[in-house]
Amino acid sequence: MDYFLELFFGGLTRGSIYALIALGYTMVYGIIELINFAHGEIYMIGAFTALIVAGVCSLLGLNLISILILAIIISMFYSAAYGYTVEKIAYKPLRNAPRLSPLISAIGMSIFLQNYVLLAQTSDFVPFPSLIPEFEFMEPVAHIMGSSELVIIVVTAIAMVILSLFIKFTKIGKAMRATAQDRKMALLCGVNVDRVISVTFIIGSALAALGGVLIASHIGQINFYIGFIAGIKAFTAAVLGGIGSIPGAVLGGLVLGWTESFATGYVSSDYEDVFAFCLLVIILIFRPAGILGRTNTQKV
Amino acid sequence: MLELKGVCTFYGKIQALHEVSLSVQEGEIVTLIGANGAGKTTTLMSICGIVPAKKGEIWFQGEPIHKLSPDQIVAKGIIQVPEGRLIFPRMTVMENLDMGAYLRKDKAEIKRDLDYIFDLFPILAERKNQLGGTLSGGEQQMLAISRALMARPKVLLLDEPSLGLAPLVIKQIFKIIEKINKQGTTIFLVEQNAHQALKIAHKGYVMENGRIVMEDSAANLLTNEDVKKAYLGL
Repeated sequence: MDYFLELFFGGLTRGSIYALIALGYTMVYGIIELINFAHGEIYMIGAFTALIVAGVCSLLGLNLISILILAIIISMFYSAAYGYTVEKIAYKPLRNAPRLSPLISAIGMSIFLQNYVLLAQTSDFVPFPSLIPEFEFMEPVAHIMGSSELVIIVVTAIAMVILSLFIKFTKIGKAMRATAQDRKMALLCGVNVDRVISVTFIIGSALAALGGVLIASHIGQINFYIGFIAGIKAFTAAVLGGIGSIPGAVLGGLVLGWTESFATGYVSSDYEDVFAFCLLVIILIFRPAGILGRTNTQKV
Repeated sequence: MLELKGVCTFYGKIQALHEVSLSVQEGEIVTLIGANGAGKTTTLMSICGIVPAKKGEIWFQGEPIHKLSPDQIVAKGIIQVPEGRLIFPRMTVMENLDMGAYLRKDKAEIKRDLDYIFDLFPILAERKNQLGGTLSGGEQQMLAISRALMARPKVLLLDEPSLGLAPLVIKQIFKIIEKINKQGTTIFLVEQNAHQALKIAHKGYVMENGRIVMEDSAANLLTNEDVKKAYLGL
């Protein structure tokens, strides 16, 4: 039973991170029907920013909790600025181009950002300090769930609640939903769609950065390539849950996390990816739009 | 109040509007009638800046608006109820109405307009927490008009409000349009249902293949032999 719970919480942790990144894919897709392949790189940049912030902060002699909070806040802002800029440079000029063009532009942006970090930092794995403190009250259950896992799950849950409230109740949140459901009508209501798109990129990027800092601290090392792998997994999670659907991205992330965790634990870690992608194939066969996705009905 | 001067609009290389000129005076109901594909919807989309005019000018209350973005045009008080109603399907009736008042900040006045709308369409008050996509066609049209009213339009552009509705509902919708006009909102009405439209309008334009081919008072157009043959089925 303990082993099961350990795998369960391990999967939940992993799934939370996938969900945080998947939200960025799904929100952008919902608004402009673009797969933002550079999104994984934004997550990676978030982790690197946190590494630099942590380095500076520890020189200043701050305590662990304040370093963690500062690292999260600064890297969220920094990544948000990257996301905003990527949209303005790589996607906005192609707004009315055929759909393939922004997709190619996205792949180009992804390659550019990877190599930019490769040159600016290093190609090797760099150690990432453990920013999440070990809580004493977690000791009795430490064999099931570590402190960093608890923090990841709780912080992710809080982020999701804030995001849902934002989308449901704020003016710009409503404008985002309206734009996703009917862009022309949103324009006719006076929504500045360019601004909505920018806000979407900013939120998605900040969430990815949050995921990046948390998981880097949990795993303990990063390199320029982590964005690519996490990006592919999170994209899988978004498709699994139904791309364009926000609850779908969260559910897809969790399902993927659990699948990988249990497959690793009960079968073999060699088969982790095999199970993950088999699940994707099976779900897409029976529900082509994803678990919570809508099949598009033709509008009259 | 609203004036188009020699407007030409293109979809790619295809020209949809050829030198369209028309004017709407304050307080009037002006209708634009014509067959499918004549360019009526394109005319509205050019006014709202969704498909900007390539040539020509559009003036509203003494200011050129053809270079403004759609949200700036909405801010001027030019509000469109588009063809097919375009209700946000996964937002509630209430949220749809909120979107209508998107650019407004006067909360107390918004509340008053909301009461007015629920008074005008009691069915919407009953369904205010229902998703827009679950309403019937007639209810959706009422919601679409209400959403536009929530923006406090100076001029209301209506695109085929009778499309796909039962005769009884059409009658009701046209009565409401007259009522809105009597309360001081200028109306530019695009319709294929020429008879109904001309009956409530003050002035009418006839459009064919992207050109205005006739312009007269609505009463004259109703008795015009050519219009009768082509559009009234008499």
